Amino acid sequence: MNDAAPAPKENMGQPYPRVDARLKVTGGAHYPADFAMNNLAYGYLATSPIARGEVKAVHTDEARAAPGVIDVVTYGDIGEAMARPKFGNSGATSVWPLHDKRIWHDGQIVALVVAEDFEAAREGAMRISADYEEQQPTASFDSPGAETIDAAGKSPMYKEDAKAGSFETAFAAAPVKIDAHYSTPTQHHNPIELFSTTAVWEGERLTVYEATQNVQGWRVNIAKQLKMDPENVRVMSPYIGGAFGSKGPMTPRTAIVAFAARRLGRPVRCVVQRDQAYTTQTYRAETRHHIRVGAGHDGRITAFSHEGWEVTSRPDNYVVGGASTTARMYGYGAVSTHVSLVKADRNTPGYMRSPPETPYVYALENAMDEMAVALGMDPVEFRRVNDTMVDPIEKKPFSSRSLMKCYDQASAAFGWKDRDPKIGSMRDGDWLVGMGCATAIYPTHTAPCAARVRLTDDGRVRVESASHEIGTGIRTVAGQMAAERLGMAMADVEVEMGDSSLPPAPVSGGSISTASVCSAVLKACDAIRDRLFRAVVTVNDGPFSGEDVSQLDLKDGKITGARGQSMEITDAFKATGAGALEEYAEFAPKGSSPKALKMLYQGEPEMHGGESGDKVMYAFGAEFVEVRVNSRTREVRVPRMVGAFAAGRIMNTRTARSQLMGGMIWGIGQALHEATEIDRRVARYVNRDLQDYLVPVNSDVQDVRVILVPEIDHDVNPAGVKGLGELGNVGTAAAVASAVYHATGKRIRDLPIRVEDLLT
Amino acid sequence: MHPFSYERPKSAAQAVSAASRHTLAGKAPPSSPAQFIAGGTNMTDYMKLGVMQPDRLIDINRMQDAGLDNIVVSDQGIRFGALVRMAEAEEHPAIKSRYPVIAESLQLAASGQIRNMASLSGNILQRTRCEYFREISWSCNKRRPGSGCAAMEGFNRQHAVLGGSEDCIATYHGDFAQSLIALDASVDILGPNGPRHLPFSRLHRRPGKTPEIETDLAPDELVVAIHVPALSWAKRSHYLKIRDRQSYAFALASAAVVLDLEGDTVRDARIALGGVATVPWRSKEAEDALRNRTLDETAAEEAAVAAFADARPSKHNAFKVELGRRTLVRALFETRDMKV
Repeated sequence: MNDAAPAPKENMGQPYPRVDARLKVTGGAHYPADFAMNNLAYGYLATSPIARGEVKAVHTDEARAAPGVIDVVTYGDIGEAMARPKFGNSGATSVWPLHDKRIWHDGQIVALVVAEDFEAAREGAMRISADYEEQQPTASFDSPGAETIDAAGKSPMYKEDAKAGSFETAFAAAPVKIDAHYSTPTQHHNPIELFSTTAVWEGERLTVYEATQNVQGWRVNIAKQLKMDPENVRVMSPYIGGAFGSKGPMTPRTAIVAFAARRLGRPVRCVVQRDQAYTTQTYRAETRHHIRVGAGHDGRITAFSHEGWEVTSRPDNYVVGGASTTARMYGYGAVSTHVSLVKADRNTPGYMRSPPETPYVYALENAMDEMAVALGMDPVEFRRVNDTMVDPIEKKPFSSRSLMKCYDQASAAFGWKDRDPKIGSMRDGDWLVGMGCATAIYPTHTAPCAARVRLTDDGRVRVESASHEIGTGIRTVAGQMAAERLGMAMADVEVEMGDSSLPPAPVSGGSISTASVCSAVLKACDAIRDRLFRAVVTVNDGPFSGEDVSQLDLKDGKITGARGQSMEITDAFKATGAGALEEYAEFAPKGSSPKALKMLYQGEPEMHGGESGDKVMYAFGAEFVEVRVNSRTREVRVPRMVGAFAAGRIMNTRTARSQLMGGMIWGIGQALHEATEIDRRVARYVNRDLQDYLVPVNSDVQDVRVILVPEIDHDVNPAGVKGLGELGNVGTAAAVASAVYHATGKRIRDLPIRVEDLLT
Repeated sequence: MHPFSYERPKSAAQAVSAASRHTLAGKAPPSSPAQFIAGGTNMTDYMKLGVMQPDRLIDINRMQDAGLDNIVVSDQGIRFGALVRMAEAEEHPAIKSRYPVIAESLQLAASGQIRNMASLSGNILQRTRCEYFREISWSCNKRRPGSGCAAMEGFNRQHAVLGGSEDCIATYHGDFAQSLIALDASVDILGPNGPRHLPFSRLHRRPGKTPEIETDLAPDELVVAIHVPALSWAKRSHYLKIRDRQSYAFALASAAVVLDLEGDTVRDARIALGGVATVPWRSKEAEDALRNRTLDETAAEEAAVAAFADARPSKHNAFKVELGRRTLVRALFETRDMKV
């Protein structure tokens, strides 16, 4: 046990190293663009340099004349071979490049150039030119032409604005109040693995190698777009080099590359350049917030209002909608929320790690800090006063909520009591010291999932489920669940994922994978146990002959009985004459509709949990941050962070800590670095690479401590797991903003916090 | 990538004549069909982006001439061979102890991996990272003369406040060059008509009306060495770089400071400013403001104000004036307080 592999506490699993760690660090893990192909051709996208207008003509002659170029796919080539993409959970946008003459956004695909090698394809694409009838685009909030609409009902994920009681009355009566505006910028995921599609046809059968968080959804989606039977489509995504939501919904490129491969009769691989990903993939929408909080002198909140505005594209209504979470964060009295979409000439935004919570909780927690100052209360005590075990909107109980335990453990580890609350009072030489804190929250969702588990007579276990290793460690924890239930060593378990020919799993999004996949694996393992136990009790003269199966267990490779008798698994197979036991399990969470499993196979799984059931289900955490601000030049650095998190059963303390720590590090980026800048004149992104889109580097990350707080929750799902992949980065930016305020007295409400905000 | 042919000459003279054979009259050096490549950290990046499209690439890494890949520190000063890598120079013990501003300006640049590759001559000749220059679909007077400057009224947070023109405000991002210009460095150049010697301060050109011409070099001229004259008081020197993150980022503002102190009084000073100007930027104004003054808050502040007296900020980079001043003040005090 060490920092990276914390000793398990109550209701926590062992910190097994990732089963694929060695493969990943030795180059043995094959990412989708790594698969060797015979006779491979290379594609490169050509994209529009305007954000709004009409394509009049695409000129391809020069590209076709470039050495090595073998094909150009552009307008007029695809015709009836393809259907319009659909915007939704597994589709990033309804924009239909190479069909829509309308340019909806900057960097829209206007051609795919295919060549014998990558550089030839790139050169070919650079020789593509097009004639456009340009129109003045709308860039963002406040731009001429921006259209504002209500978000409620525009997305199945955001049905209505949460409300309780009469906010206006309660706010008017509150003796202490704040009224403030906040904003968060456009952000791009920038996974280190670039986006790519490789399409291979064998007769009518298509295999697509592409990093995706949703092989089953894409299989169905590709089939729809290419007008095929899903049985003839296979999607392979065995390893994913960072996704964060960006590889959840499919983008229009996938079907275009598949079309090119079919037309050429050879495999085509298109690796999207990083700058092109800014416009051909999704991103985190720019948001604005107006928050009003009213409280009594005792610190109890009596009125809370959160209004949000979010940029989306012209054709698609992507809703961030985090007010549904902020409305349930504390025991407010009256609550009013409202979310609006602001439509502009942009590509369609999408999911990005804790999509609703990151911007909305940033605003709420900043407001909480401001309110604590207005009340003259300690920010931790202010949260304690307003902690609740009942959802303030529908008055339903939380299935579990360990927020204040998190605050207490994190504040003790951080040394919060040594903080002098006076603004600008703490100093270390030329550096101003600030300390701040904020709450992390993420809804617990579970989705239907299928898994196949096989136990063979050599004592080995194979687990199969079409989930996705997006870096979270799902292969490891799914294997752990099987090893634990079947009493086998981790070394005897292999886990196969990332292939749509395996039993379907839901999209690896919404932090549902560990709960959903482990619940399905658990179900399959229990069925194997049951079959094995029932077999051995019928073996004449065996140690378990005639025993009650409920008294048997599997442990250390043996079947064990209540009387201390045992039998090696391998001997049990010999005794029963079986070669393998295999179970295919379909898990559907509590509250599932009758069509829940059918929807899983159709790639559109239902999600359950959050605020939707009898009990509301959320994971919580508390984050504390110390900042240093140079007294002259005002750059902000983060020497120390402590986060404590409670998320039901922790399957593996190593992978859990790693995800939470990664989230907190990302939070530094959200607070201080990340922003996609837009040239408002032309609605085009300006900083489209990792040179200018800054994320924290190693030296920005000093001491990050993660505390796992034990929590038991039997309501969330059979595995007892609350997803935590998207918990760690929620709240961090607000904690940094709070610490910056403490150091400098400057309340920065618009992210990121930069030197220029603190100079004057 | 634009197709190119490649050669690897064995001497500087061969490299120059190879370049001469492919030079076209009337082309600014960066758009000349023949380009030299050393570490390639800037050239290959810009070739991938289509910003540089040479037909002929002349790889100068295997030139065998004596002194191209070594550093000599003597009583006369320092001589850097053109092919010395940044990482080699930053680790040189005599440079660290006698010219710390040079070692620091190198250490704070780019990443360790890049500094292992990048040559010193390539580093001083690096081209701007202006976003509108890097992405070829924008108008840019530097990349496509006469097309206009998208940065002027666009998103120009990282752009220059000093040395700009109506046609270009792209920042010169290098750090090493700031220590060189502060220390009165010079360069040895080899061209088709033989060698010549040029003060470093005349190597780079302000954009003016011809932002596509960035240096005094002809397309077939090669920097073969960099000289830093000896300066006994350079051991009290320092490079301070302020940026959005702790490492691996260009300067929002930086200052190279060399001080000759007698007690708290400044006998002489050398000051250069990075991240704020279109070219390596020596501030004689700040030096003059400090000479024979006690280095206190007032003197430092006056020097900083003098340094930015001619600043012309744009919409998003106005903060660089204030930040640049504060960076200089902080650098002055940090240099004053050095234990030498």
